[in-house]
Amino acid sequence: MNVFAAIGRAVLTLLAEIGRLASFTGRSVAAIFSPPVYGRLIGQQMMSIGYFSLPVVGLTALCIGAVLALQIYLGGNRYGAEAIVPQIVVLGITRELGPVIAGLMVAGRVAAAIAAEIGTMKVTEQIDALTTLATNPIKYLVVPRLVAAVIVMPLLTVIGDTIGVYGGYLVATENLGFTGSTYLKNTVDFATHQDIVSGLIKAAVFGFIIALMGCYNGFNSRGGAQGVGNATTAAVVSSSILILAADFILTAMLFHTS
Amino acid sequence: MTPKIQLIGVKKSFGSKVVLDGIDLVIAPRTSMVIIGGSGTGKSVTIKSILGIIRPDEGTILVDGVDITHINGAARDKLLKKFGMLFQGGALFDSLPVWENVAFGLIQGRGMKKKQARDIAIQKLAKVGLTADVAELYPVELSGGMQKRVGLARAIAADPEIIFFDEPTTGLDPIMADVINDLIVSTVKDVGATALSITHDMASARKISDHIAMLYGGKIIWTGPTAEIDHSGNPYVDQFIHGRADGPIKMAVKA
Repeated sequence: MNVFAAIGRAVLTLLAEIGRLASFTGRSVAAIFSPPVYGRLIGQQMMSIGYFSLPVVGLTALCIGAVLALQIYLGGNRYGAEAIVPQIVVLGITRELGPVIAGLMVAGRVAAAIAAEIGTMKVTEQIDALTTLATNPIKYLVVPRLVAAVIVMPLLTVIGDTIGVYGGYLVATENLGFTGSTYLKNTVDFATHQDIVSGLIKAAVFGFIIALMGCYNGFNSRGGAQGVGNATTAAVVSSSILILAADFILTAMLFHTS
Repeated sequence: MTPKIQLIGVKKSFGSKVVLDGIDLVIAPRTSMVIIGGSGTGKSVTIKSILGIIRPDEGTILVDGVDITHINGAARDKLLKKFGMLFQGGALFDSLPVWENVAFGLIQGRGMKKKQARDIAIQKLAKVGLTADVAELYPVELSGGMQKRVGLARAIAADPEIIFFDEPTTGLDPIMADVINDLIVSTVKDVGATALSITHDMASARKISDHIAMLYGGKIIWTGPTAEIDHSGNPYVDQFIHGRADGPIKMAVKA
């Protein structure tokens, strides 16, 4: 087998995939801004994407906040800088871990569910049926999920941030000898608007990625149960990778480090 | 008279596999055409090409004399309102109750008020022999035959000008298959629609069609009135309608 032919084929496949995704994204975004608007469907999706993700996002945020406080205390200890725990916890949670953990958790829960649902609709011809009933599948299926995810991800992140900081507070006051009032004062004094807002912008972008990759992989699934399984896996993997890549790019853009 | 649907030299390949190799077909208004042919001969691709779900590589598709091969956007939305389709597996929306499935095209596609659409849905369900208490059930709670009936009610809900039937009797017992055949004949007449069906069930094809076309090797190899199918003089057609393993059509037993 010719090595160059194999490399060439892989590159072409990748470029074709990027092209398909770009075209799908373009059509989806265009559909957001054209009538009809399915308000009831957006509401339903906000419930299933946002509300039902609260337990998993809250629980992971609590654990991350707690472990962060512990690690910073141990690390700071080497320089006699233990007192910096509340400042670093709130910075780490609001800027990075809050949105990223929420994004990855929701990617696992929601991108998979979206890909499975739309993939099943695809292989059972329900998406073709939408077309024959004079309903645009992109507007009916993709737009409500995209809009709902972009709205609820920042809300989830605000809640996750709060619980994460509280996790740090619990460990710091119970185990590390901080007094509650000092910890909270240091947290509030240190955190800036930019820390929080930058995290929420990231969360909105992550929401877009999650819904988009779920829908895209669902729409492109073929061939029965196995195809739907593959689409589900691809949705979770691709959205997780894209979230981490976007996180880096957004951080560089938002904080002008370059 | 302008044909309701006309296909001229329609070709479609998937990769290196040629599925449609120049299809020519004419369907007159208010007639029922059935395309017969073996599995994987491109019957579904033909219907999906007319619907625009699949774009043909070459050729022209006319509906009411208008070239619809490449239409998009609002023109396509308008065209799709002429169509209704009964899918092979029903393709009912499992998240919606039966009546909302039937009323879907009216509510979402045409912006009708829910209450009015629901009344129409109940009427259409009655037409296919289902009572109003079925309306509140979900598709998973129905038998295969009932799902087909709901699919049929959904296909005719908006009084389409053209109805497609994809393997309407596949997977049904012979009696239910005949019930569905009767329903197809009566509903198509009621609505005054033009029908295009695909099937490999000859009993069904004979019952629901005015004309039959046979698809083989990506081409229409025979077409004519249903009554003449037994005297086609075409060995491929003879082999197919009598279901003989031996003949000019060789089944690829090994993939």
